[in-house]
Amino acid sequence: MDLSFDLWGNALVSGLLLGGFYAAVTVGVSISFGMLDIVNIAHPAFILLGSYIAYIANSVLGMDPLFAAFIAMPAFYYLGVAIYHVYDVSFERRGDTALRGLSFFFGLLFITEVLLILAFGVDYRLVEAVYIGPTLRFGVIDLPWRLLVPALVSLAMLGVLQIYLSRTFIGRAIQAVAQDPLALRMMAADPSRIKRIAFGLSIATASLGGAVLIIIQPIEPSVGRDYIGRIFAICVMGGLGSFPGMLLAAFMLGIAENVTATFFGPSWAPAVSFGFLLLTLAVRPSGMFGRQ
Amino acid sequence: MKNPLFIVWLIVAAAVTFAAARLIDNSYAFFAGYVVLQYIVLATAWNILGGYTGYVNFGIPAFFAIGAYSSVVLHKLVPMPLPLMIVVGGVASGLAGLGTGYLTLRLRGTFFSIATLAMAVVMQTLITNWTFVGGSRGAYMIRPAATPYFGLDYIQYLFLIMLALSVIAVAVARAIEHSRLGYGFATIRDDELAAEASGVPTLKLKLIACTLSGGFMGMAGAPLPYYVTYLDPASAFSLSYAVNTIAMPLIGGTASWLGPVIGAILIGTLQQVATVTISSALSLLIVGLMLVGFVIMAPKGIIGWFAPKEKAGGRVP
Repeated sequence: MDLSFDLWGNALVSGLLLGGFYAAVTVGVSISFGMLDIVNIAHPAFILLGSYIAYIANSVLGMDPLFAAFIAMPAFYYLGVAIYHVYDVSFERRGDTALRGLSFFFGLLFITEVLLILAFGVDYRLVEAVYIGPTLRFGVIDLPWRLLVPALVSLAMLGVLQIYLSRTFIGRAIQAVAQDPLALRMMAADPSRIKRIAFGLSIATASLGGAVLIIIQPIEPSVGRDYIGRIFAICVMGGLGSFPGMLLAAFMLGIAENVTATFFGPSWAPAVSFGFLLLTLAVRPSGMFGRQ
Repeated sequence: MKNPLFIVWLIVAAAVTFAAARLIDNSYAFFAGYVVLQYIVLATAWNILGGYTGYVNFGIPAFFAIGAYSSVVLHKLVPMPLPLMIVVGGVASGLAGLGTGYLTLRLRGTFFSIATLAMAVVMQTLITNWTFVGGSRGAYMIRPAATPYFGLDYIQYLFLIMLALSVIAVAVARAIEHSRLGYGFATIRDDELAAEASGVPTLKLKLIACTLSGGFMGMAGAPLPYYVTYLDPASAFSLSYAVNTIAMPLIGGTASWLGPVIGAILIGTLQQVATVTISSALSLLIVGLMLVGFVIMAPKGIIGWFAPKEKAGGRVP
């Protein structure tokens, strides 16, 4: 069964790479949902916004999609700051984050998707770059650069964010804000301001997440919906707000999806994440590494 | 107003609606009216869980499509009258609601919402891979030209059935509001922890709400294959069902049965007009913007504008 070893080996390796990419699209929700307790279900829509910005920069200006994402990051940060401001004033201070806060983000998700449809139509779009196409080979194992670059970029982003969150004052304040806003106030940090910065950061990651998404697959405006289940499955399974847990969960989901796609056909892959999510919620809602 | 009297009024209103549609004597009026009525059922169903208990269900397309596809299956296997199909579709999606609720309603409300959101994607995956109901290519349904009942056109028959469903849904929603069940739901919405501590069986109540809500959504979906005559996963699971169904109660007001009805009539009609005069994408954009606008600026919805001002000290349910 040497053929089956080839299949398994490649499914595992590309699953790992896919998992690295999933970490890049999940990290924003890990911050907003995991640390700030804001259920931003519109995150996939902002990721697609990032994809389309990378697409325009690439097809019109001939810019590298990843470079374009870095340039767009500050704009995404301020978009996040603005959204959090509205959310804070309208829902958090009124204590109505459940019903209307969730519906607010659902509305944002939908508005962004319809706007993208109106602007770009429903055709699939893709980008061009030197690393899309060639493949590294180690024996029977293929390492396509198209998957390798997003995985590496995503790990780098995760590392930088982890250092920022654990070494700087604001970073630590972000980790503390969901646990005890009052104590934070006593440390002379305004919880609203800290959350605004954190939410800005979480949306800024969507810029890079979008660029790696369009490197990995061609996109159209409703692609984001496939990622809602994945993102929240990874986030919950990884234990809400823990980066190492999230990364491990992303790897597991990537491998599970790839193995499913290899042996049962790609049309079944979207069901895997939901299975993971339901299983996690039913068995251990605090995630694999969550505090009980 | 006592419940029986209210139901009499509802039936009178329904009869007037049907008579008016007959008077217009244009089959487009029935086609458009059917969609508005379908949204009255969907919005009312959503509000039983969302408005009364405060748990947000994003999986509307899943429940709706379970109803629709159960009709496709029945149509192929055991042909039966449409009202029976609606009952079967309602039971199937009610059970789906019970199952999802059982797995996720023990947790915080947000987990339930996320699970329902993901559930829509998975149901779509399942249906897309199920060749018996047409898979991704879709299924054609041949509907009879006329019905055995009073020589009605089939579209008039569908309209009448949806009218009856909306009367039932609204009557049930209002009956719940003024019952022990409704007060139980309200305690969950206002403070679940306190309710649990005072001995309210919160999980049981939430499961009842989830099953009822899912069941009515499935019933609203069951006649869909006969209405569209061609059903494919992409249109059955369209996100616009979810957005409309959530927007209508939130715009009309979630506190009572009247809110979803006002929202559905208003937004449903607006959309029918805007789809014809502008474009369907733009009309959806308008609904999305209205949803966001209302939750930010008018949290009590349209009925909140006319409600008497609350006295300090909170209201009594």
